[in-house]
Amino acid sequence: MSLTFLLLAIAALCALSFYFGRQRAIALSGGRYSNLHSLPAHYGTYTAMWCGLPAILLLLVWHMFQGTIIQGMIISDLPPEILNDSGKLSLALNSIFLLAADNGEHLSVSPEVIDAGKRLASLQIIANVALVVVMISVALVGLAFSYRKISRDMRARNNVERISRYVMIACSGIAILSTVGIVFSLLFEALHFFTKINPLDFLFGLEWSPQTAIRADQVASEGAFGAIPLFVGTLLITLIAMCVAVPVGLFSAIYMGEYASPKFRAFAKPALEILAGVPTVVYGFFAALTVAPFLRDNGAVLGLDVSSESALAAGLVMGVMIIPFVSSLSDDVMSQVPQSLRDGSYGLGATKSETIRNVIFPAALPGIVGAVLLAVSRAIGETMIVVMAAGLAANMTVNPLQAVTTVTVQIVTLLVGDQEFDSAKTLSAFALGLALFLITLGLNVFALKFVQKYREKYD
Amino acid sequence: MAVVTQSAMTAEPSVTSPKMTARDLNLFYGENQALFDVNLDIVERQVTALIGPSGCGKSTFLRCMNRMNDTIDGVTINGQVTLDNRDIYDKAIDVVQLRARIGMVFQKPNPFPKSIYDNVSYGPRIHGLVNSRDELDEIVMTSLERAGLLKEVKDRLQEPATGLSGGQQQRLCIARAVAVSPEVILMDEPCSALDPIATAKVEELIDELRSNYTIVIVTHSMQQAARVSQRTAFFHLGKVVEVGETDQIFTNPKDERTKGYITGRFG
Repeated sequence: MSLTFLLLAIAALCALSFYFGRQRAIALSGGRYSNLHSLPAHYGTYTAMWCGLPAILLLLVWHMFQGTIIQGMIISDLPPEILNDSGKLSLALNSIFLLAADNGEHLSVSPEVIDAGKRLASLQIIANVALVVVMISVALVGLAFSYRKISRDMRARNNVERISRYVMIACSGIAILSTVGIVFSLLFEALHFFTKINPLDFLFGLEWSPQTAIRADQVASEGAFGAIPLFVGTLLITLIAMCVAVPVGLFSAIYMGEYASPKFRAFAKPALEILAGVPTVVYGFFAALTVAPFLRDNGAVLGLDVSSESALAAGLVMGVMIIPFVSSLSDDVMSQVPQSLRDGSYGLGATKSETIRNVIFPAALPGIVGAVLLAVSRAIGETMIVVMAAGLAANMTVNPLQAVTTVTVQIVTLLVGDQEFDSAKTLSAFALGLALFLITLGLNVFALKFVQKYREKYD
Repeated sequence: MAVVTQSAMTAEPSVTSPKMTARDLNLFYGENQALFDVNLDIVERQVTALIGPSGCGKSTFLRCMNRMNDTIDGVTINGQVTLDNRDIYDKAIDVVQLRARIGMVFQKPNPFPKSIYDNVSYGPRIHGLVNSRDELDEIVMTSLERAGLLKEVKDRLQEPATGLSGGQQQRLCIARAVAVSPEVILMDEPCSALDPIATAKVEELIDELRSNYTIVIVTHSMQQAARVSQRTAFFHLGKVVEVGETDQIFTNPKDERTKGYITGRFG
């Protein structure tokens, strides 16, 4: 029985137990719901929770341990000459798993291994059947247990409340744990990289050319892993993007928040936010196919040598992408400036623009700085536009008309190559990823602190 | 406490030449009418108190007098409000200059999140009232002095105004309004967010300011109206029920509703 089917069965049981629980509560109430402590639906939810949650918890635990336990059982039956040699053991285990999956006909292996393969297959079947039986019984036991507990005075409402709280705690736990998981997966590979390359060379090296030999007999350069050119490229493009996004985003936020009539705002604000919904790969087309040729052609007219993949094109388009980010965040911040401050300024005879410039903007400034910093970290991490429009050449330049490359672009190209996984070239992607993660994390923390400081002022 | 009760007021200027007037003023928030045919005269260099139960339109009326209601969407006004016999709702009137002539102090102290000095110098700066730093310094000092705040803050003019106490903040807001040299100062329940001691100080200040400015004050406290004002108008359900000398209103009200309100039977 497949997992989907099992889950569907549990869901059906839950629905059924909701119905039973509710019916029982109604029967107990004797026709008047006010005789019960809680509403009938609470009793239904209570039984459904008792039916579904323990079963699902069991499923998770079962899947965590099933593989290890079965493997342990197989290994314990293998002959000692295989057991005592770790190389042979892993080879034998590999064959056993292939055999069990009906994929090992071509293997020439010892009869013990073939037997073990058959045994594994049967064990897996037993385990799956057992899982179904155990899960369904746990669900039924939960149903019976909670069904019997239903009485007029049972506080189903409070119980449902408590159980829902645990479910929510578990969900936020998953979110936090996955962040931790991401950090560790980056950290271990990056540490692996730093055993091959000196971290100081990585952080302060001025040359980036990760082309190392794929096979030992190939002629290739040593490879240089100095990340500075990548960070210079990233910062250059981010700077250009901010030069577009900050003024345009800020002024449009001011217009939307302070000047626009409600009618115009109702139309223009969603229109602006459509920009945020455009997939970044589409921005990438736009940068590579429209903006970059446009810049090159017009640059040629002016006598400038604009390369066809330029930092300027990527930065401009990235700036456009970030506009709604800056504008909606700063709009939020400015609309939080209390009306009383505006009134105070108008009451002294200030015009609208004087009020915005002298009162609202300074009061909202910390929040706006926070918004801009969040936008910066967004720009630094942005990948698709730069992959398509910025180029691959790790030029150490601040000339926006030349091709540069960014950290994210390099990560992409390093990981889609055909290098073996533990080569310095591939691993350097993780080191870059870690560096990027730390930078954006730092910026976000800094930005949040800024915003918090601002909030304390008015509450 | 140097609070003056106006029992011996004889030399009241004639209401025939008022500083401000309202004639048949109606105001609507969308469909709802909030003011009905309000007629009121404001006498120069006196304190006029507007009293009445919550929602009776007294704050709304106050905000009509310097066109602060212009900043609210969906407000329509008809009727006439004049300042020195000129209709302030006339198209030729520059509302920005109007508000420089009619200052306002709000219910909750609302200093800008700037330094004390910058708060007071804000008005003179935007209106270009000064040509030099020295002149600006002087205006700031005299305004703070007039608001009775100079002694308390003169050593920390560059510190943020939000660090002052509530009462000090409100007096700073008064100094800020005074710095533009207005002719009229409108006060919308200026003491409702203050403790009794701060309230007493602000009331004292209002009494002093009367010699230079025409003041209109909205208040919920009848004692306050009796203490600081020379004329009182009683608002009820968007109408002016009774207006007259404060003394007369509180001791010998002509209207039954006024009597009911000041004796605490409703409100």
